[in-house]
Amino acid sequence: MGSRRYVLKKVAQALLTLFFVLVFNFFLFRILPSDPVKFLTRGAGLQINAAEQQELLREFGLDKPVFPGQFIDYMGDTLRLDFGTSLTVQSGRPVLEVFTGFMWPTLLLVGVSTVTAALLGIWMGIRAGWRRGGYFDRTSMGVSLVFYSMPEFWLGMLLLILFSVNLGWFPVAGRETLGANYTGFAALADTLNHLFLPALTLTLAYMGEYYLVMRSSLLDVLGEDFIQTARAKGVREKLVLNRHAVRNALLPTISLIALSFGFVLGGAITVEVVFSYKGLGGLTYEAIQSQDFPLLQAIFLFASAAVIFMNLLADLVYGHFDPRVQEA
Amino acid sequence: MQAPPLKPGGDPQIIAPRTPESLPELRSPRRIRWTRRRIALKRFWRQYRRSKMGLAGLAILIFFIGMAIFAVVADPSGADPSQTSGPVLSPPSREYPLGTDDFGLSVLTLVVQGSKISLLVGLTASVISMSIGATVGIVAGYRGGAIDTFLMRVTDFGLVIPWLVLAIVLASIIGQSLGAIILVIGVTSWPATARLVRAQVLSIRERPYIERARALGASNRHMIWHHVLPNSMPVIFANTILTIAIAILSEAALTFLGLGDPTNPSWGSMLDAATEAGATTLGAWWWIGAPGVCITLVVLAFTMCGFAMDEIINPKLRDR
Repeated sequence: MGSRRYVLKKVAQALLTLFFVLVFNFFLFRILPSDPVKFLTRGAGLQINAAEQQELLREFGLDKPVFPGQFIDYMGDTLRLDFGTSLTVQSGRPVLEVFTGFMWPTLLLVGVSTVTAALLGIWMGIRAGWRRGGYFDRTSMGVSLVFYSMPEFWLGMLLLILFSVNLGWFPVAGRETLGANYTGFAALADTLNHLFLPALTLTLAYMGEYYLVMRSSLLDVLGEDFIQTARAKGVREKLVLNRHAVRNALLPTISLIALSFGFVLGGAITVEVVFSYKGLGGLTYEAIQSQDFPLLQAIFLFASAAVIFMNLLADLVYGHFDPRVQEA
Repeated sequence: MQAPPLKPGGDPQIIAPRTPESLPELRSPRRIRWTRRRIALKRFWRQYRRSKMGLAGLAILIFFIGMAIFAVVADPSGADPSQTSGPVLSPPSREYPLGTDDFGLSVLTLVVQGSKISLLVGLTASVISMSIGATVGIVAGYRGGAIDTFLMRVTDFGLVIPWLVLAIVLASIIGQSLGAIILVIGVTSWPATARLVRAQVLSIRERPYIERARALGASNRHMIWHHVLPNSMPVIFANTILTIAIAILSEAALTFLGLGDPTNPSWGSMLDAATEAGATTLGAWWWIGAPGVCITLVVLAFTMCGFAMDEIINPKLRDR
């Protein structure tokens, strides 16, 4: 993928950004107004004396100065993937364990929606851009802009009212039917049944962006000289579109897909809340509500790392297929 | 708004646009500048008027701004639970055109009041975002070198941070107030603006009038305030319009998650209240529908205006 220098530069940049995020994450959670020890003991309804308080502070490493003592501890813990234990959401369980438990449902939800939205958006973008100003172009532009302007959680609420509450076609909440203990095919059907509405919501919400990017990128390419050359030498219109135009126009869209997949978590939070879908979004919401700071800190770190990683991937793919960007 | 190209040693007339009404009053530089700006604005409006999308967006915006002004001036005080006598959760009727909520408050009144907060947050947050973004973009693009590299690394960092998660963390740290929401959205949404402005500044820096000003001994301060900033203004402005749309959506998401200011209800917090009260399972579509339609329309309107302006500024987009 690309020249070695380009790859090394991009990887170095990504690592630097990751380091920024680590430092930022550390200080962000040190300026919290609440004292963790008081928070813990009050939560448990304990009365403690000064000596016990000191003991607790030492146990959490909070007796050291914020910098460099606590900072070094934090970096070391992070490198060892030790993010402490959850305070309130699943009290006492390691944060990493809680996080990974909630990760797969979200990856499933966002993965399915991103792929569907990308396929639909790209297809519509190609059709609209190819016949610019035509009936399909105008209609799809209007529809995409409206979905693009909707808060995605509101769209979810509308779909929920229509399909679950009024028509009863889909379950109202959750990720699976509780207590049903389906196995095999029935379990799969149950999961899909619960997945459908949240996935539809995210698909419609994401589609507009892919559509707009694909359409404008295709229009860019159609203005290039090589398209005119292809036509001049008598290539059939269909081949001009598929072999010459679409191939070149796909690149910006693909890198957008990689990027938006990095934003997995951000996009899913509100929609997961609407559908009570137990994934990372729902977990984040719970962590905010109950002020589970170790958990929030880890969520923030992983969410940023995901974006950095996908960003790097997008850069490398782009650099591979379009070596011109390596110069810049 | 771009100044007409200068020929080296050209005659002074060329400095001001050569239109009949501006010629006789060529006195002070300030005069010339304002005349030029007025003419540029007129030209801009002439082009904007041709865009159906832009006009439709503008019409929707005027409607909602009117609604917000009405909410400030008339202050429909139907939101006090003790003063309400309406039926609880009634669907739209003649007396309550948009139905009522679980306290028996008119949803129409709530929506009108919400317009005030939603627009206020959207506008002020974008002003913050624009100020930071434009400053970073101009300084990075104009100074170049190590400062540019550093500022662009910070911008990249800002771009990869999952803003909703950061906003949530910040909001839970700063506390729940209108100011906190505005600040959170403002400081998380500037990086895209910074990048755009920087690109624009880089192209301005290569233009002949910059060289001319420098040859005449202009200071950096003069260059930035009198040449770089005015010429980046169209890009900054069009981008701000699009940022407002995003800020309004962000506000809705944050308040929907319960991080809003409870004393200043917006459209987003109406949706939060409706969810808390179980409006989805009760099928109270009017209570959920009204604020959502408002958010969608306002965001759509700002987006349409932004697209229309983009087309004027970027001639390449025009034939699309």
